[in-house]
Amino acid sequence: MSDSASKDTLEQAEFRQHCRDWLRNNTPAEPSFRLPISALEIMTEEQLTYLKDWQQSAYDAGLVGCDYPVAYGGGGRSNCQRIANEEMHRAKTPYMPNIIGLGMAAPTLLQYGQEEMKKHLLPRLFSGEDIWCQGFSEPGSGSDLASVQTFAQRDGDAWVINGHKVWTSLAHFAAWMIILLRTDKTQKHGGLSYFVVPISSALDQGVSVKPLIKMTGETGFNEVLFEDLQVDDGLRLGALGHGWQVATTTLLHERDAGELVTPRSGGMKNAATHNANTANLIDLARNTQYNGKAAVEDPLLRDRIMRQLIRETALEENQRRTRLPALLEHPARLQLQNKLLRSEIAQQTAALALEVAGASASLYLGDQNAPAAGQWPLAYMSTYGNTIAAGTSEVQRNILGERVLSLAKSK
Amino acid sequence: MAQPDDYGFSEEASLLKDSARKFFKNNFSTDKLHQMVADNPDSSKPPESPWDKELWQQLLELGWTLLAVPESAQGLGLPAVAVAGLVEEAGRAAFPCPLLATLNATYVLAACGDSGNAALKEIAEGATATLALTNRTGSWLPQDTEVRVTDRKLNGTAWFVQDARKVDRLLVCAKKDTGHSLYWVASDASGITVHADRIVDLTRDQAHVEFLNVEAEEVCEDGLKALEQAFPAIWTMLAADVIGAAEWQLQTTTEYARTRTQFERPIGFFQAVKHPLVDVMIQIDEAKSLVYNAACAIDHEPQRAAEYAHMAKASASETAAFASSRSVQFHGGIGYTWECFVQLYFKRQKHSQLLWGDAAWHRARLADIVLGEIG
Repeated sequence: MSDSASKDTLEQAEFRQHCRDWLRNNTPAEPSFRLPISALEIMTEEQLTYLKDWQQSAYDAGLVGCDYPVAYGGGGRSNCQRIANEEMHRAKTPYMPNIIGLGMAAPTLLQYGQEEMKKHLLPRLFSGEDIWCQGFSEPGSGSDLASVQTFAQRDGDAWVINGHKVWTSLAHFAAWMIILLRTDKTQKHGGLSYFVVPISSALDQGVSVKPLIKMTGETGFNEVLFEDLQVDDGLRLGALGHGWQVATTTLLHERDAGELVTPRSGGMKNAATHNANTANLIDLARNTQYNGKAAVEDPLLRDRIMRQLIRETALEENQRRTRLPALLEHPARLQLQNKLLRSEIAQQTAALALEVAGASASLYLGDQNAPAAGQWPLAYMSTYGNTIAAGTSEVQRNILGERVLSLAKSK
Repeated sequence: MAQPDDYGFSEEASLLKDSARKFFKNNFSTDKLHQMVADNPDSSKPPESPWDKELWQQLLELGWTLLAVPESAQGLGLPAVAVAGLVEEAGRAAFPCPLLATLNATYVLAACGDSGNAALKEIAEGATATLALTNRTGSWLPQDTEVRVTDRKLNGTAWFVQDARKVDRLLVCAKKDTGHSLYWVASDASGITVHADRIVDLTRDQAHVEFLNVEAEEVCEDGLKALEQAFPAIWTMLAADVIGAAEWQLQTTTEYARTRTQFERPIGFFQAVKHPLVDVMIQIDEAKSLVYNAACAIDHEPQRAAEYAHMAKASASETAAFASSRSVQFHGGIGYTWECFVQLYFKRQKHSQLLWGDAAWHRARLADIVLGEIG
């Protein structure tokens, strides 16, 4: 496996050392309560407070927003966020709660936000003080995102918003939402504009947030209803009618294909957190009886486990090769595969784990006889969140076919 | 030893890969390949081994067979990642030549220690070579060789010998009373008969080679040890060839899907065509990332080279099968003809898919490393 430290620039090497020194004494202890698989399933204030405290302290130490300009609360460094992420992962930190803010809102604000807006909003976003959510999908607009109908009616210097957004993760904790709105009903893509709108401060004053229950039984995402919410035109990002272009920046970053590396921590092995990866799968196979012997000794299962290991390793190696233009046939080719592969490989790994577990795979969270505390069925079902959200796997294949292979567009 | 993040793929390696690509683009079109190897579809004709020796001579003059030869034997001792880049381009061109065969022999000889040096110097001076160690059942385990050595003479037959009719030398694994040793012998030496096989792949030749009291020079006492050390490079270089060829298949088929019109649309519009082409690309990229990781391990992390090379060849074998299948299918009726170029790559890839172990073979060995052998 690569030792990334060996290729650091001087700035990166110094920064890496700073991260290591700080993390040695400041990586938080595991909480006494259960944390969900990701920030998208945060359910309780207790979970949120623990994770927000972590993000705040990591931000104060300079590990969040490192590559953003100092004027907007960033660290003013170059190519250092990746270093911070690697070190936080190595130190087994918790994940950060404001992932939509960090991964999607921040790079979009940086590119399209007005100066005052960036100075005001970005530091609070990096610190986790303001949680962000994303208002793109609607009941009638999923894969065909540009068909959104939530409408902003011009009213002097303000806009009045009416409509319905769905699958809105973190909306129940959010201060702000990035939102794709229709400002012109006569044209499709060209009738869209992009805004940031307040959520928590506007509850019961034009905004209502209602939880939706996932198939896993968890909450964490919501529907958000807008009834005559009035917002200032100063909250618009990009020109009127250019919402689709602005949304493209957001989506590229959401799919790990943007220019800015998303601040991302993780690695903490919470007793109740279970990632659908092959290390955990192999662990399960060693501890499961299958046809009278350890599952790990069954030749067919060995073959299938190795398929997963090979693809998982390839995904890591794709990340590495992305940084080496000499070995790329097309500049965006690997980055645009990232989200698709990550979600599908995890799904296959979790599906295989259920087969390895056999009859025990029927046991769910809370059953005392369930392998890995019933986390595998949860992990498997959760992977569908990832193959559907942020552009379904089918949409990802369209994008790859059209942008990279230049095949005829689906419209 | 840890791997460098950039695979150790230097500026020099990048230039070498680019110049190889240009060389084939300028000198060896697919049209030329088709004329050379597929001028006569008659399957009752004797097996042939057409190749462009003049062009190969140019490659020798460019020093291509020197690249992997250690500096101690007057070679250039380039890292495996740089060699893989070159092989990827030769695969993209499906260029019939003994490059892979000679590289295989080079890596084995380099693992022989000082006793391999004289043979390596011959390679450095332009000699080509191939490995002769597979038995009649196609076992990829060299200890299963059918060739025996008694009184310093080789007897028996080596099967599935690659590009046997193009090479000057054979590197033979033969069983002794105790253990297995490696022998270096001219391919036209007295007592050697090269029986050409009729094979599917038109871009390579293959033979079974019969040894009858052949005097040969022992170049390595513990042959299995040298082979074990060299196998990761052998698997990785073949996988590099496969991803180059697969990229040709992807680009050619994609181009066809952009231009061929049915139902008033280019067929690439339809997701039944578009999505599988994307999946071919994804498989190529996974295999390619694994190839460079494995090559880098050969250079920097030898203790894990076998593990990563198993991954690379398993992934490349699956890629070869899938890219080939979709290339013919999406070319439709024309793809099923002798005249269409995709058949050349289809056949080459089917050969590469199984050569030196197919995907399941490599996954089984990977499992032995990662999960432990089954008790």
